[in-house]
Amino acid sequence: MRHPGINLGEHHGEAHDQAETLVFGFWVFLMSDLIIFGLMFAIYVTMANPVGMAGGPGPKDVFDLTSVFIQTMILLTSSLTFGIASLAMRHEQGRGRIALWLGVTLALGLGFLGFEARDFANMIGMGAGPSRSGFLSAFWGLVPLHGLHVSAGCIWIVVMLIQMRTFGMIPIVKTRLLRLGLFWHFLDLIWVGIFTIVFLAGISA
Amino acid sequence: MTSDHTTTWLFGRLDLSSLPIWQAIQSPAISELIAGAAAMIVIAGAIAVIAFITWLRAWRSLWTDWLTSTDHKRIGIMYCVLALVMMTRGVIEAVLMRAQQADGLSGGFLTPEHFAELFSTHGTIMIFFVAMPLVAGVINYIMPLQIGARDMSFPVMNQISLGLTATGAVLVMSSLVFGKFSTGSWAAYPPYTGLAFNPGPGPDYWIWSVAIAGIGTTLSGINFAVTIYKERAPGMTLFRMPLFCWTVLCTSIIMIFAMPPLTVATLMLAADRYLDFHFFTNDLGGNMMNYVNLFWLFGHPEVYLLVLPAYGIISEVVATFSGKRLYGYTSLVYATMAIAVLSFCVWLHHFFTMGQSANVNIAFGIASMCIAVPTGVKVYDWMATMYRGRIRMTVPMIYVTGFFILFVIGGLTGVILANPTITYQVHNTLFLVAHFHNVIIPGVVFGLLAGIHYWFPKAFGFRLHEGWGRVSALLWIFGFSFAFLPLYVVGLMGMPRRSANFNDPAFEPLMLAALFGAALVLSALAALVIQIWVSVRDRDKLAAPLGDPWNGRTLEWATPSPPPHYNFAVLPQVKDRDDFAAAKANGRAFADTANYGDITMPKNTALGMIICAAATLLGMALVWYIWWLAMLSVLTIVVAFVARTFMLDTTYTIPADEISREHRAWLARVRAASPITRDRETDDVNQGLAVLELPETLKASR
Repeated sequence: MRHPGINLGEHHGEAHDQAETLVFGFWVFLMSDLIIFGLMFAIYVTMANPVGMAGGPGPKDVFDLTSVFIQTMILLTSSLTFGIASLAMRHEQGRGRIALWLGVTLALGLGFLGFEARDFANMIGMGAGPSRSGFLSAFWGLVPLHGLHVSAGCIWIVVMLIQMRTFGMIPIVKTRLLRLGLFWHFLDLIWVGIFTIVFLAGISA
Repeated sequence: MTSDHTTTWLFGRLDLSSLPIWQAIQSPAISELIAGAAAMIVIAGAIAVIAFITWLRAWRSLWTDWLTSTDHKRIGIMYCVLALVMMTRGVIEAVLMRAQQADGLSGGFLTPEHFAELFSTHGTIMIFFVAMPLVAGVINYIMPLQIGARDMSFPVMNQISLGLTATGAVLVMSSLVFGKFSTGSWAAYPPYTGLAFNPGPGPDYWIWSVAIAGIGTTLSGINFAVTIYKERAPGMTLFRMPLFCWTVLCTSIIMIFAMPPLTVATLMLAADRYLDFHFFTNDLGGNMMNYVNLFWLFGHPEVYLLVLPAYGIISEVVATFSGKRLYGYTSLVYATMAIAVLSFCVWLHHFFTMGQSANVNIAFGIASMCIAVPTGVKVYDWMATMYRGRIRMTVPMIYVTGFFILFVIGGLTGVILANPTITYQVHNTLFLVAHFHNVIIPGVVFGLLAGIHYWFPKAFGFRLHEGWGRVSALLWIFGFSFAFLPLYVVGLMGMPRRSANFNDPAFEPLMLAALFGAALVLSALAALVIQIWVSVRDRDKLAAPLGDPWNGRTLEWATPSPPPHYNFAVLPQVKDRDDFAAAKANGRAFADTANYGDITMPKNTALGMIICAAATLLGMALVWYIWWLAMLSVLTIVVAFVARTFMLDTTYTIPADEISREHRAWLARVRAASPITRDRETDDVNQGLAVLELPETLKASR
């Protein structure tokens, strides 16, 4: 393997060659996206204090750690299932098998979004919407941004499932799946940060 | 639904009273009349352009050859055209502001609000829609040619970047016709730009034009960086790249890392204004210092993003017009990298007075002064390149000379301002305005103008008129000096920046001198327009189609002018730094080959224009609260993007026969032409083929 992001191999021919530039470009994009999340984290940290909370609810009042833990487990599992899909592609185990594991990943992604939406609705219900305080604005800026990324990832999976069916496993489909994989694992990584910095640190403070 | 509801649903908060033309009719005071006239000019200009294109019957060719093109060279030219149009508006605004301040002792002729609008649009336009597109345009055209590539890594994304930049520019122009632009300066600090103090559409125009164009720039940065890393010709190692490409690499790294803070800051401000968030509000735990930090976390790297490519251009120009290899290439590379890294460590010097501890200020002050070191290295390297060189004072060299003298003054005042204690004395005065114009105009603008004159024959096949170029360059240099050097003095005398008027008569003479300078700059721009007009008219006399009018040193000169879509008939095998100079010296330039192959190039696509149109509608819809249109535009963008991924037939193949025929025809013209010496470089005889004049070093190596 010439590039750590490429798990195709020489026998994938054109797809392997294309991947060099395409995957590298996507890494660079992720780096830029990571800066956005990094800044959102920084803003959150500067606002998670009594001044930022402005007399409104704090982390302990609004976070449901059980639900967040379930979301974490779902998302981590989805990374595993995506990994299995990638391996199925690398070892050319057939379109059906790849589609199966992508489908499982999609279901887990939607499950994560469902739990997250329920938590958001609960927070609005208890008067902890973004308008209440700077702290809550920072929360609502960061966590739903990750949710938005996951939603985009889910749409991307659906598009890829359609393209796998229409075009078959042609080179461009393979390199797109590689990039989707990077994106999906990247979101997992961001979630680990959110789970640690927003939820665990918030509850323990 | 009543008819009133229907109108609100259809047009949001846009109504007759938001049109400046209508306001000028209602209350014809001077300020309103100027705003109304500006709106009329925009409308008349748009109609004139449409009429002109129709008259030329050029709609089809505009669409197929330009707007839908994925060719990096055409995209580059379109960036430059966009920038020059916007520069005209920016300069006119500058002259208006200078006129207002020259008349400031008696109150001036503009209302303070109109004046605030002028400095806000002027700053926003000059940075985001003049300097950035010019930089992006020159990079787009030149960088792939210099590294021996056929195109960018992602040609369609390149087109989308252009589309998003154009969207931002169109939004700013629309603000002249519909409603008003922000009065919150180009930095748009909240809480002033928040909903509580500024409920109108102005700050929303700023937010969406800057946010959308900023996303385009981030994508450009990714594209440039990947192209440099992955598309270099065989043998083109990083340390054989022309210095311009190194500066582009550093600039694209800055784009990738420094544009996200701007995106975050603008979108947070939007969340505050649209969704009742409290990121930067006065109440409920908002923290406006977060905005200031985010903005300058972008804003400082931004100025290096702009000036580094200008340094790159100057390196190329100085080496070519001195007929020498660049002195201290490696030190220039390291200096460029050092500036790129340091640019992320100094953002706090933009707000020394905003409440940090003295120790924090000192740390950032020292970091800011450190930037002078690599910059100094560069200036000495350029001077050493010129030393005992074969110097020709062509137009690019006149700009570079202006750069040397004036930019060094600007840099030195920067070192002065890097001292927090001095900043406390002069902050928010015209001293600061003088300083940053003094680095941006002689640095960025002169650099880019030098580059445009230098590479124009490459892009169009004919040289720009030398005489008018000299007139324009001298007017720029003297205009700048008269317009901004007096501002240092009034700044030290205590005149605050952004004041529509003043009451100290001592400022008056200097303000008049500055107005004179602004008039010179306006004439410089007029001379530039005349120069382009005269050059197009005399294009047959000025033709240099053979490709090498300046005895160039780098790969872009090894192609015909203008280069074919695929750039190089056969990808060059790079053996040296300044490979074309070495190739000419060793006799391997202009070689024919037997191995022409088919070349696969990207097809045209309308995607960039579709996204541009939808993003423009999205921006307008958001500014005016037309929610149905906003949703429709977002949907269009998503559908267009996804639909594009279903198109597999995105390339076409140029057969080897055609390539060899074109290439051999050009080679035949080169062999038939008579090469000219450097003395006759600016004469009509310069067809773009140079007599070999060996510099000492190459003589020695042979």
